[in-house]
Amino acid sequence: MSSIPKELKYASTHEWLRNEGDGIYTVGITEHAQDLLGDMVFVELPEVGANVAAGDDVAVAESVKAASDIYAPIAGEIVAINDELEDAPETVNSDPYGDGWLFKIKADDVSEVDSLLDAAGYQAVIDED
Amino acid sequence: MANRTPLYDAHLSAGAKMVDFHGWDMPLNYGSQIEEHHAVRGDCGMFDVSHMTVVDVTGPQATEYLRYLLANDVAKLSIPGKAQYSSMLNAQGGVIDDLIVYFFSSSDYRLVVNSATRDRDMQWLNQVASDFNVTVTERPELAMIALQGPQAEAQLAGVLGTQNFAALAGMKPFMSAQVGELFIATTGYTGERGYEIIVPAHAVVGLWQQLLGAGVAPCGLGARDTLRLEAGMNLYGQDMDENISPLQANMGWSVAFEPADRDFIGRKALEAQQASGHSVLVGLVMESKGVLRHGQRVLVNGGEGVITSGTFSPSLGFSIAMARVPAGSDTQAEVEIRGKMVKVSVVKPSFVRNGKSVL
Repeated sequence: MSSIPKELKYASTHEWLRNEGDGIYTVGITEHAQDLLGDMVFVELPEVGANVAAGDDVAVAESVKAASDIYAPIAGEIVAINDELEDAPETVNSDPYGDGWLFKIKADDVSEVDSLLDAAGYQAVIDED
Repeated sequence: MANRTPLYDAHLSAGAKMVDFHGWDMPLNYGSQIEEHHAVRGDCGMFDVSHMTVVDVTGPQATEYLRYLLANDVAKLSIPGKAQYSSMLNAQGGVIDDLIVYFFSSSDYRLVVNSATRDRDMQWLNQVASDFNVTVTERPELAMIALQGPQAEAQLAGVLGTQNFAALAGMKPFMSAQVGELFIATTGYTGERGYEIIVPAHAVVGLWQQLLGAGVAPCGLGARDTLRLEAGMNLYGQDMDENISPLQANMGWSVAFEPADRDFIGRKALEAQQASGHSVLVGLVMESKGVLRHGQRVLVNGGEGVITSGTFSPSLGFSIAMARVPAGSDTQAEVEIRGKMVKVSVVKPSFVRNGKSVL
């Protein structure tokens, strides 16, 4: 049903990571997650420069239906946030893997990414729900 | 298995996301509930409300029965087809259900009650009816479509044709007319002009497809909730229930205390509540970021209340809510949102009507 790009890594809490090189990863929420949440009305993003641990709640996606915490999939420093979402939170619904990205994080330890799920692993998480 | 309306397959083919709604498989949205919301405010949308319960009340004592059963007074209705918002209460004054009653004659009425409370409603209607010479008949063979929005009239005229529509042209709100096999009322749950159309189940798919073909947007429960909340309309089970009186739910206007000699179920309890004081339902507005939600704590005037319904208002672009708070509230309050106290304004619980803000 929902799309799960093969080239990304995933957390069981429905975030995705894309490797941008130099230890920097773009993070967003999956197609499945945006579908569960419904129409997005606000997205609260972390501060650029914040140091976060894996599993920290760093952002909030607030839809018409519910407010949902978004967790840092890995430890690192927030190096960019998607300011466009301030005026167009619905981009998270329409393009969750593209223009609807949330923030970029510079990994403290890139090997942490290896322990995240691949597309097949994430599909299994969804199937269990 | 969950109940399905006759439009179930039509919802699936229109791309609906289906959810369980009190035992019914109903559409939540057909893609974006916010787009559906805007369609109703700016153009025209339609909802499958076939899950609602239609009950006909007939017989020589129909008027006496309804004057005892309901908090509003059906004796105020004199024009055949006229509709009235009402509620039935228990002896403690708690709301068993809110409903619309249609008057045809002193021995012929129709009620439309909620689906979530169907079993309780039918049991209560029949229990009270046992002391009157009336017949209470549920009409499960009837389906219902709500057609709502500024273009609803033009769309319905197009689908019915000029000749059939003539009986409806210029019909005021809260009226109804029978047009062929369609029972058409100028009522709704959105704060826009429009119709609720009761139609035999065998004909509902055809009507739905005609409206769809004319460009009417199918709308789900998600949009229905944001629309009714903007309009300040209560949702049973959330804004009131059997432990809440109409006086505590901003429904006092639908309780007829006059004439004073009309006895109705719950009257004594309401009069006692009027004398001793009671909590009230107010509106809340939060223009800062975030969304007010059901269940959040409200602090006002040193007292405490709770949000009964809250949402992001697509028409206004910020969050609104209804909250039950102690009487005599200030114009400011604080709501606890995810551990933080946030300032909100207290207003009358009505936010948007006919496409415009009423704040």
